[in-house]
Amino acid sequence: MAQLRDAVTASDHMQGDVQAAVTLVEYGDYQCPACGEAYLLVKRLQEYFGKDLCFVFRNFPLTEAHPQAEAAAETAEFAAMHGQFWQAHDALYENQEALGATLYLELVKTLHLSAAGLRQAVEEGSCRARVRADFSGGVRSGVNGTPTFFINGRRHDGGLDFESLVAVIEALR
Amino acid sequence: MTRNNDSPQQVRTSIANTQMPPAASSILPAGALAPSFTLHVTPDQTLSLNELLGRPIILAFYPADWSAVCGDELTLFNEILPEFKKYNAELLGISVDGVWCHQAFEQSRKLHFPLLSDFEPKGEVARSYGAYRSSDGVCARALFVIDRHGVISWSYLSPVAVNPGADGILDALENLPP
Repeated sequence: MAQLRDAVTASDHMQGDVQAAVTLVEYGDYQCPACGEAYLLVKRLQEYFGKDLCFVFRNFPLTEAHPQAEAAAETAEFAAMHGQFWQAHDALYENQEALGATLYLELVKTLHLSAAGLRQAVEEGSCRARVRADFSGGVRSGVNGTPTFFINGRRHDGGLDFESLVAVIEALR
Repeated sequence: MTRNNDSPQQVRTSIANTQMPPAASSILPAGALAPSFTLHVTPDQTLSLNELLGRPIILAFYPADWSAVCGDELTLFNEILPEFKKYNAELLGISVDGVWCHQAFEQSRKLHFPLLSDFEPKGEVARSYGAYRSSDGVCARALFVIDRHGVISWSYLSPVAVNPGADGILDALENLPP
């Protein structure tokens, strides 16, 4: 069973308490349809488990299969540099059908960030480095597609439906 | 599941014990000499294992082309090719699909590594590695890392429905002697 090799740290994008009974780490791709479904699934799990669940999102863009995945991930990382990762993450998944430069610029504007700043960050690769680091760490942990979930450090190879995940998390909390 | 972390010395000494044909459910373990093969890689070209020796080779046997994109093993490996290249390793995918099917699949998924067709006699190479599923007539989901001398240095059989990921391959490449 594959194990998460990069422990969750304060530099992760995290919702909930790092001390929670259960930590759910998702490696995801913004253009992956299955991740779009998982986005709603995670929201349901967060509602169901409340403070018992800590959720962490890491980037795993399948760039050959999904041409917008990298740019979307870098846009979210740019927002993260300004403390607004989750706003960008949610907006990208909620507008998954419209991924593209227009959406990223609109998003940046909505978050009161600078479009020029985004362009510069993309050109300088300052967001790319974070995305690549997530990706490499995911590969070494046995990420085997998107989304891949790790529950308290163990890769979840079971079903990606609400009931299956609830059962695994329930047993750990 | 087969994970083998034998030292190079143990690997060499165990070769003599692994020359028997494998049981249907057991893949060749670390230390076995990788069976040679020549398979079609395009409709008019073949590729032999011997041509590639001198560098690490990753063999990925898989059941069939055209599984769903997001969880597809080959799509994942395609993304990870730069990590494999760091070890100068060559990745080969092998299934019983025909060359034309492979060609369409490669183009559709923009795969940047060769897919070999173990088509006729069907599954013969997979059988020689113990990686054939007679029950459903396809290759098992099995991974092999072969060292530059042609000796299997690591092998892994995944449940057929579980994409194994690449962590084991990268660990095996890291552990190869220089």
